[in-house]
Amino acid sequence: MGEKQHHDEHTLTEFSMKSTREQPAMPGANPLAESVASGRRRFVQGVTAVLSGVVLGLGRAWAIDMHVFSADQSATLLAMIHTIAPHDGLDEAAYALVAAALDADAAASAQTRELMTAGLTGLGLEFARADEDVRVAKLKALEAAPPQTAAGPPGGAGFFQAVRIKTLLVLYNNPIAWTHFGYEGEAFSKGGYLLRGFNDLKWLPEVPLDASGPMPV
Amino acid sequence: MSRFDLTDGDVVVVIGSGAGGGTMAHELTRRGLKVVLFEAGRRQTLASFSQNPSEAYGQLTWLEPRTQSGSWDPVKNSPNQPAWHCKTVGGTTVHWTGATPRLQRYEMQARTAYGDVPGTSLADWPIEYEELKRWYQVAEKRLCVTRRNGNPGMPASNNFKVMYNGARRIGYKRVHTNYLAINSRAQDGRGLCIQQGFCLQGCKTAAKWSTLYTEIPRAEATGNLDLRTECFVTRIEHDAAGRANGVVYRDAAGLEQRQKARFICVAGNAVETARLLLLSESARFPRGLANSSDQVGRNYCHHLTAFVWGIFDQPVHATRGVVLGGVVEDENVHDPRRGFVGGYHLELASMDLPTLPLVGLGYGWGREFASIMDNFRNMAGILINGEDMPRPDNRITLSKSLKDAYGLPVAHVNCDEHPNDVALRRHAQRQAQKLYESVGAKRTVLSASPPATHQMGTARMSADPQHGVTNPHGRTHDVSNLFISDGSVQTTAGAANPTLTIVSLVLRQADHISREITAGRL
Repeated sequence: MGEKQHHDEHTLTEFSMKSTREQPAMPGANPLAESVASGRRRFVQGVTAVLSGVVLGLGRAWAIDMHVFSADQSATLLAMIHTIAPHDGLDEAAYALVAAALDADAAASAQTRELMTAGLTGLGLEFARADEDVRVAKLKALEAAPPQTAAGPPGGAGFFQAVRIKTLLVLYNNPIAWTHFGYEGEAFSKGGYLLRGFNDLKWLPEVPLDASGPMPV
Repeated sequence: MSRFDLTDGDVVVVIGSGAGGGTMAHELTRRGLKVVLFEAGRRQTLASFSQNPSEAYGQLTWLEPRTQSGSWDPVKNSPNQPAWHCKTVGGTTVHWTGATPRLQRYEMQARTAYGDVPGTSLADWPIEYEELKRWYQVAEKRLCVTRRNGNPGMPASNNFKVMYNGARRIGYKRVHTNYLAINSRAQDGRGLCIQQGFCLQGCKTAAKWSTLYTEIPRAEATGNLDLRTECFVTRIEHDAAGRANGVVYRDAAGLEQRQKARFICVAGNAVETARLLLLSESARFPRGLANSSDQVGRNYCHHLTAFVWGIFDQPVHATRGVVLGGVVEDENVHDPRRGFVGGYHLELASMDLPTLPLVGLGYGWGREFASIMDNFRNMAGILINGEDMPRPDNRITLSKSLKDAYGLPVAHVNCDEHPNDVALRRHAQRQAQKLYESVGAKRTVLSASPPATHQMGTARMSADPQHGVTNPHGRTHDVSNLFISDGSVQTTAGAANPTLTIVSLVLRQADHISREITAGRL
């Protein structure tokens, strides 16, 4: 238990810092390549909001500073991320990492800041308080809207896609999520999965040797 | 490490250090030729391979954006990234999955076997199957391929147990843990596979063959290799007689340099190989070097690829173990009764959590999307790898809208799906779904086509100089001392993951080069 606590504490710090660092875009995620590429740290004065909570099961508190979005905007953003990727039981800290990454992008790029604040202000705080089906309907309208125009909803499809893609990039790329979803990650340091369960499935018959191969000695 | 002079016209220039270029550099240096090997990326080591999937992606991948058009999925899903390949010493052999099937006889006679398929540029290979088979056997020994030459097969993983039982229940017969250039026992200075599941991030035990720690160090040990990392070739030059005589490149500091050469082998991966030939236009070669046929960049093939995931009530833990450690070969036949020409492999597949939503699934969000991710522990996976149709307008050109850091146009990829591609994929998806349903899948999930990981056909071999770029030895029809040494030379794609074919053709090409030198013709 002690080891696990240390693990999660370490990772939270690491990932909240990492969200402000330059990260390579993952394949398929290049609509955001511009904002990812420009995501180098830029000094923004002051803290505009603090996201905080307690990691479930560990009783360990966490807090992440926001530097662009207000408390209301942050609440709207978190509700949006939850609506895009609703995982019951996934710790709120994982969602906060996505919000912090978007806040960092907004701090680094005036264009992203304008897009994000327009979109979040457009949705308003009532979005965060609405039922899930109402939130889904609002996001579907945004998804189908043209890119930000004077006529369309603030931020438009570009705002929606920016949040959707950042959610895919960040929400599943941290050890909080890895533990929650059961992704076991690297095993080189433990000798691989050869003796740690790569063939432990018991609910189907074993494969004959001529279609596979012997365990190495 | 050796350093050869920029003005040394005796050196051979090899461009790209992956399956083609790394192997060619070894083959030439061990025969006593001096080689300058250019690699645009950096050199990693077993120790420096990151074990964080997204960091590893940044460490190894060609990240520079390209432009795209056409009806193929990546045009909308990853507009700046049509292809997923590497930019590092060892090239894409650092992150390949190690799958080493052979092409089938019928696939090398695609035009004859499939007949006239409208809208395609199908052609027969200008070399015989028996000829390639001979080199497959040499390459399989070199790469220590499992299930060949007495090498044991890979033991069955959880993910493969699901594939095997499902495949047998729906009547498939040729199902096994795949032909893999991954050591099932330690040999040839490479370690044993310990089932890490990190094939795509760089194999830290070197169980998986890569030129990074086989061919390249062996070439260096001859004293004949000058490996220049972070050096990007921007142009191939020629003399008044039209023979290639050197390359222009940017060195690690971004400065322009020129290296003289006796002959040149291009192995930049089919997208960049075509781009380099097109960038090397001159008064003598106004459409690009070796492009009098206007075939450079055309007939671009990338395989029809898509994932099918089966979701079960019980755990699979598919990411434990070799990524592509399984295959169903039964559909790798030509049987037009299925409604399409050509065939496909069903290959085992797994994907780490951060990469899955970006590459492995179709577009989606909300509860339906989230419920797939919620089942991560209980997912088994299949990658469809099918033959795609060559088309004249599926091609690499120079982008009109985007330039790289040196002011050169990037590659533009145009890719439209042929009706045959659509029919093949639909059949393969249904078969994979049936396979999983036969062993109790409660749900199956289909992906979009991910960015291309197999690049072929952009300088294809042809007997007639009007129909292709290279002759049956991968030597360009127009420039007698210019060779293409990567997947670009494949006349058609077949359904075989291309690395074994690339290595086999390069071993054969090196043998040809050696004979030509001896005969005084090169």
